[in-house]
Amino acid sequence: MALDSKIPNGPIADKWTNYKDHINLVNPANKRNLDIIVVGTGLAGGSAAATLAELGYNVKAFCFQDSPRRAHSIAAQGGINAAKNYKGDGDSVYRLFYDTVKGGDYRAREANVHRLAEVSANIIDQCVAQGVPLAREYGGLLDNRSFGGTLVSRTFYAQGQTGQQLLLGAYSAMNRQIGRGKIKMYNRHEMLDIVIVNGKARGIIARDLITGKIERHSAHAVVIGSGGYGNVFFLSTNAMGSNATAAWKIHKKGAFFANPCYTQIHPTCIPVSGDHQSKLTLMSESLRNDGRIWVPKNLEDAKAIREGKKKAIDLSEEERDYFLERRYPAFGNLVPRDVASRAAKERCDAGFGVNKTGEAVYLDFAAAIERYGKEAAHVKGLNENDKALVTKLGTDIVKSKYGNLFQMYLKIVDEDPYVTPMMIYPAVHYTMGGTWVDYNLMTTIPGCFSIGESNFSDHGANRLGASALMQGLADGYFVLPYTIGDYLAPDIKMGPISTDLPEFVEAEKAVVDQIDKFINNNGKHSVDYFHKKLGKIMWNKVGMARNAKGLTEAIEEIAALREEFYKDVKVPGSAFEFNQELEKATRVADFLELGELFAKDALHRNESCGGHFREEYQTEEGEALRDDDNFAYVAAWEYKGKPSDAVLHKEPLNYENIKLVQRSYK
Amino acid sequence: MAQSAQLNASILKKVAMALSGIFLITFLALHVTLNFISVLSEDVFNEASHFMGYNPLIQYVMQPVLAFGVIFHFVMGFVLTAQNSAARPIAYAKYNGAANASWSSRNMIISGLVILAFLGLHFYDFWFPEVSYKYIAGTAPDATRYYGELVHKFHSPVRTGLYCVSFILLGFHLWHGFASSLQSVGMHNKYSRFLSKVGLWFAVVVPAAFVIIALFHHFNN
Amino acid sequence: MKLTLKIWRQKNAQDKGGIVEYPIDGIEPDMSFLEMLDVLNEGLINKGEEPVAFDHDCREGICGMCSLFINGEAHGPDRGVTTCQLHMRMFKDGDTIFIEPFRAKAFPVIKDLVVDRSSFDRIQHAGGFISVNTSGNTIDANTIPINKDDADKSFDAAACIGCGACVATCKNSSAMLFVSAKVSQYALLPQGKVEAVDRVLNMVHQMDLEGFGNCTNTGACEIECPKGISLENIARMNREYLAASLKG
Repeated sequence: MALDSKIPNGPIADKWTNYKDHINLVNPANKRNLDIIVVGTGLAGGSAAATLAELGYNVKAFCFQDSPRRAHSIAAQGGINAAKNYKGDGDSVYRLFYDTVKGGDYRAREANVHRLAEVSANIIDQCVAQGVPLAREYGGLLDNRSFGGTLVSRTFYAQGQTGQQLLLGAYSAMNRQIGRGKIKMYNRHEMLDIVIVNGKARGIIARDLITGKIERHSAHAVVIGSGGYGNVFFLSTNAMGSNATAAWKIHKKGAFFANPCYTQIHPTCIPVSGDHQSKLTLMSESLRNDGRIWVPKNLEDAKAIREGKKKAIDLSEEERDYFLERRYPAFGNLVPRDVASRAAKERCDAGFGVNKTGEAVYLDFAAAIERYGKEAAHVKGLNENDKALVTKLGTDIVKSKYGNLFQMYLKIVDEDPYVTPMMIYPAVHYTMGGTWVDYNLMTTIPGCFSIGESNFSDHGANRLGASALMQGLADGYFVLPYTIGDYLAPDIKMGPISTDLPEFVEAEKAVVDQIDKFINNNGKHSVDYFHKKLGKIMWNKVGMARNAKGLTEAIEEIAALREEFYKDVKVPGSAFEFNQELEKATRVADFLELGELFAKDALHRNESCGGHFREEYQTEEGEALRDDDNFAYVAAWEYKGKPSDAVLHKEPLNYENIKLVQRSYK
Repeated sequence: MAQSAQLNASILKKVAMALSGIFLITFLALHVTLNFISVLSEDVFNEASHFMGYNPLIQYVMQPVLAFGVIFHFVMGFVLTAQNSAARPIAYAKYNGAANASWSSRNMIISGLVILAFLGLHFYDFWFPEVSYKYIAGTAPDATRYYGELVHKFHSPVRTGLYCVSFILLGFHLWHGFASSLQSVGMHNKYSRFLSKVGLWFAVVVPAAFVIIALFHHFNN
Repeated sequence: MKLTLKIWRQKNAQDKGGIVEYPIDGIEPDMSFLEMLDVLNEGLINKGEEPVAFDHDCREGICGMCSLFINGEAHGPDRGVTTCQLHMRMFKDGDTIFIEPFRAKAFPVIKDLVVDRSSFDRIQHAGGFISVNTSGNTIDANTIPINKDDADKSFDAAACIGCGACVATCKNSSAMLFVSAKVSQYALLPQGKVEAVDRVLNMVHQMDLEGFGNCTNTGACEIECPKGISLENIARMNREYLAASLKG
């Protein structure tokens, strides 16, 4: 099967407008005869559900949490990009498009990214109209901050909780439609399979997580907005419940899975403290605006710090190595995430790490505190040379910018970051890969769409900061509502779809069988035991830096672990009750397959790009070495019974508007 | 589509509770002022009491309003308390209320019940005799009897003690009630913060004054 | 650290439930409270017993899913944190810790420590939104300047994560802090003022239907709120409601 990305013809700036003008529409009276299932209620799923309902479709929305508002989009801290150019610093749709493609290391689809940049400004208008309290300046207009990988200030934010505020905006739009009866909300429900009738997605099988009842739900189209698969690493900044089950289940029924190896390792996370660790906490990238990253220059100092004999503040300026500023003078601490993460790992691997485990670098605010303090003293006409006063004033300003993040750090690490530098280390954060979709956001299963982090389309091999929120909302508010209409237009006379069709019966039986198997397995180990093992393999061999040997081993180890899992996993309790271990078991079962495909994809991609770094392919300075001649394509994998048999399909990436060059942040 | 406001809406009940409370606070201020005169001057006290006892506006308008206010405040207090306890049918095995709220705010029903019991005693002591004197027996007005009656009541150390304990509980009730009533009617600004501080003083000064009056008459005679 | 846990166990909504005692050892001060429960559950599973069900998701204090009543306080003894951010260094070796679900008539127990907070959702269905279409065809975001102070206050109200600690803490199980935060967020913005009257009437009506208690201004909710939502919001909602009832 050849991949057809359905990119419209014409100049890139006009593609989306022209396409929308000629797309099939569904008459409002007919929309109420059409049902759409939306799985996941984060920024993508939530905004899609609200908009589709508002257009008149009957929407059934599903989330495994107890309320749509708790989807993990809520945890995004830093901000959302939009090409508003409110600052007049030279931003434009083209620049946002360019930065995103470049940031993605030239592995994203041009047409999709341009569309994203085009609608970005609309998102801000929309969110403000629905009451999202984005940060304001004293003049009452919206404020911006700058983010890694760009030279303009285009990031809109709401303190350190931009994700929460945007999600609550989408949730409020959903609430309005739930109140009107246009969205039927299924909280604490998990999709466990998709139902395909005559080659088209026509429903899902879901489990009511409270009663354990397996339910059949039918619709004319199914939208998956279930997020990313970072939890394949066990430790990540994802929520504990974040999972790949919906995305993986559609993959097994025919949706190609694209670029699974593109994983974003976020540079500023709180380091691991011990084996008990259940998840990692992100410190917003915005901290890099004011924090300087360093390790000791001398190995002896690093050792002394690890052993607790020295403290960070004991080291003079000359004894510190601000390695990002040293290596990348132009962007300094604001290089993109993949670059910053690898640089930190490089230093720690070389023995300069600063916590007990040797896996941490400093993020230091002393310079910012002094700079802001002097400025404030000057403004207030106070003595700029009074050190205590300057520190106090500077601390207040840093507090007003990052107070909640500093407090979070203090609670977790029990050290005051205003006094001693923070310790940070990279952690798995976002997955650029996901289900392959065409320009319409439709997967290779007709009628099954994939939006937000769960698809692959916009971020290439690396996502720039503050563009995940942008993509989720763009897909849900502004793209899918058009393209799904085009797909549904022929179905207006179809009427409701029966859930008694044999396809539903069959899909339900497969789900029930899997659950029964887990419940009756009587193995020796808990689900977490296997999940942690999988995470270790993934982090050590498929993590920040990969090589052919490690990947080959990982593939074998994951396959063996999967076998052991099915033989030896223990799931207490019964199928017909609230059973969190059972929930975990079905999710980890899918991670155990996805992890293998992930490693397989990483092994096949003989180049380094963005979040995929192969040790064999680097420049002399240790930068990623792309191979555009052989790998400028999307790797879309077709499921053939097991991950090792997956078949590769290539969608070539044609760059007509941007010239491919080696990314340089120097 | 809007719901219209309903009189039994939780917020309106709270507002009514607050307004009746504020009304009773002003009454208390008047009451304590009049009573305190008894400490300073027998004659002025008698005069003031006589005025209060025979002024038609006070007797036939203010007194019923006051009675309604008192009864309303109590009945509403019971209704709200009953609703509030129904809102948590299964109690916590461990509930550390002191960690986040003052004793007086958590125990308004207890201080309120003590005040109710006190009112019973107080009516038995003063109001019933007064009603019986004026309206049942129809005795002729005597502008000099009030001070003596007052002093007489504080002979008993038990009664004086009960009065003092009730005043202290009244203090607790006011300690929370004053500021709470401002919040319930929606005041939350620099004025209400100032008034809340005044409220704390009020909660100390007024009950203390009552206690002083009781002890003064107990020990002075 | 060695601890004694007294945990509420309840098989399902119909079960009567009760406190069960679990000794636990080997707890490190750097663990979060939920990681301590992970250790307990791992042990229970290995012994063939049913693990304790508890709600949790993001484990970084923002999703509002975790909902434990620890030693008599919502989210435990620390301030400004959710249960997932509560660390074991707040406890001493040998401590006995009571762990109960958030309790309120409007938050029925689903299992063990997991409660149903859909009443919060229903309150928001009643009016927790601004009725604009999600088409993006609206005015430019900078058309209406918003006073920074109002914008900040609106943000502070919007910081509510809907965890329900206010209800759990309140001796009356009142939801006023939660509802007032939602009402305030919109009431403070020009966009939200258009529907302010309907919103407050509808949301309070739904709140009353759900069976929450009445606010008696004890202030406990503000202190236990992991996001420090201010009581000022309750006063504002009282005002808004009074004004709305005079109109409608």
